[in-house]
Formats: sequence, structure tokens, C-alpha cells
Amino acid sequence: MTAMLQISQLAKAHDSASGQRVQALAGISLSVEAGEFVAVRGPSGSGKTTLLLIAGGLLAPDEGAVSIGGCDLGSMSAECSARFRAGNVGFVFQQFHLLPYLSVLHNVMTPAVAGGSGDARERAGKLIAQFGLENRADHPAARLSTGERQRTALARAMLNRPKLLLADEPTGNLDADNAVRVLDGLRDFARDGGAVLLVTHDDSATARADRVLLLEGGAVG
Amino acid sequence: MVSRSDVMKIWGMIWREIAFRKLNFGLALLSVATAVGCLVGTLTLLKADARRTERLLAAKEVEVAKAGAGLEDAVRRITKGLGFNIIILPKGQDLNEMHLEGSLSKQMPEEYVHRLAKSKIVTINHLLPTVMKKLTWPETGLSVILYGTRGEIPIRHRDPKKPLLETVPEGTMIIGHQVGQKLGLQVGADIVLLGQKFSIGKVHGERGTIDDSTVWISLSKAQELLGMQNLIHAIQALECHCAGDRLFQIRAEIAGILPGTQVIERGPPALARAEARSQAKQSADDALAREVGNRNQLRDQREAFAAVLAPLIWIGASVWIGFLMLGNVRERRVEIGVLRAIGFRSSQILQLFLGKALLFGLVGSLLGFAVGGCAGSLLGESPVALSGPDALVRFSLALGLALALSVFASWIPALLAVRQDPALVLQEE
Repeated sequence: MTAMLQISQLAKAHDSASGQRVQALAGISLSVEAGEFVAVRGPSGSGKTTLLLIAGGLLAPDEGAVSIGGCDLGSMSAECSARFRAGNVGFVFQQFHLLPYLSVLHNVMTPAVAGGSGDARERAGKLIAQFGLENRADHPAARLSTGERQRTALARAMLNRPKLLLADEPTGNLDADNAVRVLDGLRDFARDGGAVLLVTHDDSATARADRVLLLEGGAVG
Repeated sequence: MVSRSDVMKIWGMIWREIAFRKLNFGLALLSVATAVGCLVGTLTLLKADARRTERLLAAKEVEVAKAGAGLEDAVRRITKGLGFNIIILPKGQDLNEMHLEGSLSKQMPEEYVHRLAKSKIVTINHLLPTVMKKLTWPETGLSVILYGTRGEIPIRHRDPKKPLLETVPEGTMIIGHQVGQKLGLQVGADIVLLGQKFSIGKVHGERGTIDDSTVWISLSKAQELLGMQNLIHAIQALECHCAGDRLFQIRAEIAGILPGTQVIERGPPALARAEARSQAKQSADDALAREVGNRNQLRDQREAFAAVLAPLIWIGASVWIGFLMLGNVRERRVEIGVLRAIGFRSSQILQLFLGKALLFGLVGSLLGFAVGGCAGSLLGESPVALSGPDALVRFSLALGLALALSVFASWIPALLAVRQDPALVLQEE
């Protein structure tokens, strides 16, 4: 297998609310292969989200390197990184972060505006069907249930056929049934050749992962 | 295959966001419409006012011209009795003889008057060839001034003017008050002068001048009686309303046509006539100039007020739109973070906000133009067209300024949106 996400000696510190310097990540190295579903488990405040944002090129590390599909994110400008992200990385958040003024269909199609192919609508239709949202396609995101929202967010993350999916506590706000559907969706994505990095504090969310890493004290083990 | 038109674009997102946050868009649109409406309304009002002023001034001009003409005519009629004030005399005529004896002895061809009439002379009017001789009336023993006149010779290049002196018909005599009194003559009576019989056509009332001792007969008869066929003693005329040294101009012009002749001007009463007419015309012109001045002053005051008010409104609208857009950016900070995570570039985030600004700028300018134009027309009590070249200029101005205002006011909020750190927002969430 090929390393789709390669993180080497990653370090990141930030100032806490009390003004103290906190070392969120201290020399983390990990890799996620294509077709692999990796879960990083850790308590709240352990730096999981920071790790995910750095992995997606949204946050620059203090030290270390991140590459996706062999491309070094550190060598890219912010604009270049955005373009790269549009075609290669999908994000799923705990709070879903759908655009409230768009319908399910248009939310799923949003990545196509950032830079997608001409078959975006067709692809969006397939994803909507895959996640059981056919009857909700024209509904505004604001009127969806939490489970539907997360499934919509997952479909959105997959629209541009990214190589890597980064999921931040995607089941944190879901009931058991919906959590299973979302985790199945992530697992299926990995089975189709994509790479998934999920961060969570919930043990049950790691059940479908191929590998589970523990993030504690700024290091993974 | 799905066509490109099926793929949602930035404009689609802008449109849907507007539909979702109608109040924000509506308030921004209202600000632009207010600013444009005030500008267009003010311009329309000023235009309508200018048109109304033009109409009023045109009417006033006609009214003043009419009143001035009436006044001038009244003065002309009042001063008409003062008679001719320019006398053209033959070369060598002793002026003492005319002043002391009321008689002239030197002669010049009658053809001179026709030469003047055919010329392009502009400084004088009302040419009157005359013979004028003091004599003792043999048949009555009375000393009189015999005055022969044939009526005025029209100047060819001018419109005919109403004669100052009527022609004395052939075989008729007009006599002054003193002559009539002394000889006991009435209109219709017959009398003989130098062997020629005349019928009295008119007896003038008392004038207190040499006219009281004058008898008027036709020029041809006077020439015959005095043995002066085709000769005259003088040409009388009335000067035009010339500015500057009138007599100098008149003398120069007549010298060019009738070399050697003398030109004299009669005394103050005759001059006063021309002065009075000039004064009457001047008064009318001054009244109109005062009206124009007042109107212009009023217009300047309105323009000065508009020049202060319009920018204030635009600055206010700009600040208000800036705050609205800032609020919009703050409300959408998570959305911006998510879009950045999805892969939206800075230029696309900028488009989301500036595109919205262009939309409310465009719609606001249309609304403001229509409302401002109608309000301006109504308040100005003068319909100003909302189409045509003038309106196109006003619309282009309004549209350009509205778009500039919208983009300018939204620029800083849009830049803040672009510079927002997505990681910070997503970590907070």
C-alpha cells in the first residue's frame, strides 16, 4: 500500500486562555495508507482537532512535515493549498457546518464550486442516494435532523473524490443508528481506495477503523 | 453528462444567501437606494427648477420686453413733440443766420436727401427735406417763417417708421397759433401767399416756440414760390439710439455720404428725448437682469446645499453598508472557515461578498433612480424624463456611483472575511 497521508515529527504549540504555552503536538509521526481507515483516539483537549487541521493544510505546524499523496503541504502557498484541498481532501466536522441557506443537494455540490468536475450534479445525486437522503435533496439544511445533516456533510466531503477524508468527531452529536451509518460510510470510502483519518474521544467510534492510535500528551502511541 | 449550467456557481450561492438573509440584503439595498434616490432626486429637482426658471424668465423677458416697449413708446409719444434733433445744412450756411433770424440762405440739391435714403446710414432716422425762409407775407404784411416740407423720405434698408411729421397736402397750408390768431384764420379758410391760393388745413395749438409764427406748405410749392426748384435748405432727421459720442458718429457717417455738409444737433430738449427712450429701455433691461440675478442666486444656494447634503448621505450610506457587511461577515465566519476547508480560494470568498455588494448596488441604483427621479419631478412640479440622453447620463452616473459605493463600503468587510483564519474558527467550534 502507498502512504496517502504522511505526517513526520509534527509539533505544534499554542497559548492557552491563561496565557501559558501549551504543547499540543510534540513530534508526532504517522501515516495513513490508501484504503486504510485510521482512528486517533484521545481525551478532549489532547490536540486531535489541531492534528486534523494541520493534516488538512488549514494550520501550519511549528515543526515537522505533512504530505498528501506525496505532495508536501508545507511548500504550498495558502492559495495553492486551497486548490489542492479542493481536489484531494474532504472534511467532516462534529458540528456538520452545512450552509443553512442551501438545500441538501446544493450543500453536497458546494465543493464543485471550489473546483470540481462537470459531473458534480450526477455525483451529488449518487452520494445523496448512497446516504439515504433522496427524499431530502431539495430540503434546506436547516430543516434536517442531526443524522441527516451529518450524512449530508459526509456526502459533501466525498463529492470531489478526495484521496483523504479527515473526520473530526463525526459521530459526537449522533444517535447510535446514525453514528453507525456515518462510520459505515467512512469505512466504505476507505474500501474504495480512499484514506480516512478520524479523530475521536469515543471508543465506540473506533470500532470500524483498521488501526486505532492513542493521542496523549502530544504524542501518539 | 451534466451541463456546466447545472453546476452551482458562486452567483448561485450569492443568490441563495441573499434569499436566506433578506433583511441584511434589504437594508443594504435600501441604503444604496436612499443614497442614489437623494442624488437623482436632487439632480432632478435642480433640473426641474432650472427648466421652470427658464420658462419663468422667458415669460418675464416677454413681459418686460412688452412693458419696456410700451414704456419706450409712451416716452416716444410724450417726447415726440420735441421734434427732429439733427439738421444737415449746406456747405457755408451761417449758423448765426439760422439761430438769430430763423432763416436759411444757402441751398443744396434735393437729391441729397435721396442719396442719404439710399445709403446704408444707421445713425439717423426720419429724413425730412425742407426749405425754411423768413419772409414778410406780402398779402397780410405779417412776418412769418415759411416752411416747405414734402413728408419724410423712407430710408431704403430700414423698416418703414411711423412719420414724426405728416405731409402737408398740395394746396393746403398749416399755420401756427400766432399766425392763426393775428389773421383770424380757421380750418377751411382760404388765403393767398405770394400770389398762390391755399386752404387752411390745420391751425396748431400754442406751442410757445417759433412754430407759433410758422406756416407750412408742401415742399414743391415752397420751392416754386421761392424759386428753388429741386433745391432745399436743410434735411432734418432724428438720431438713433447710439452709445458713446453720437454726434461724432453721425457727422462721420454723413460726411462720407454728403461731403461738405454741416451737421448740427439741436439743444437739450431734443437730446432728452433720445435719452429718455434709452433710459426706458435700460430700466426694462435692468428689471430683467435683477430677476435673472435673483434666480441665479437661488439656484446657486440650492446647488450649494445639494453639494453638502448629497456627499453626507453617501458617506452615511457607505458607513451603514460597511456595518451591515461586517455583521454579515461575522455571522458567516464559520461558513467562511468551512468553505476554506472545502477548498475555496481567497478570490472566491471575496467574490461571495463583493458579488452580493454588486447586486444590492445594481438593484439599489435602479430603485433609487426610479424613486428619486419621480420624487424630484413631483417636488419640482415639472416632469423630468426618465428616458432619453439626459436621463441616460443621470442613470449612468447613479449606477456607477452606486456600484462604487457598494463595493467600496463592502471592501474592508470582504477583506476581513478573506483574512479570517479558518483553523481558529474551526478549533473554536
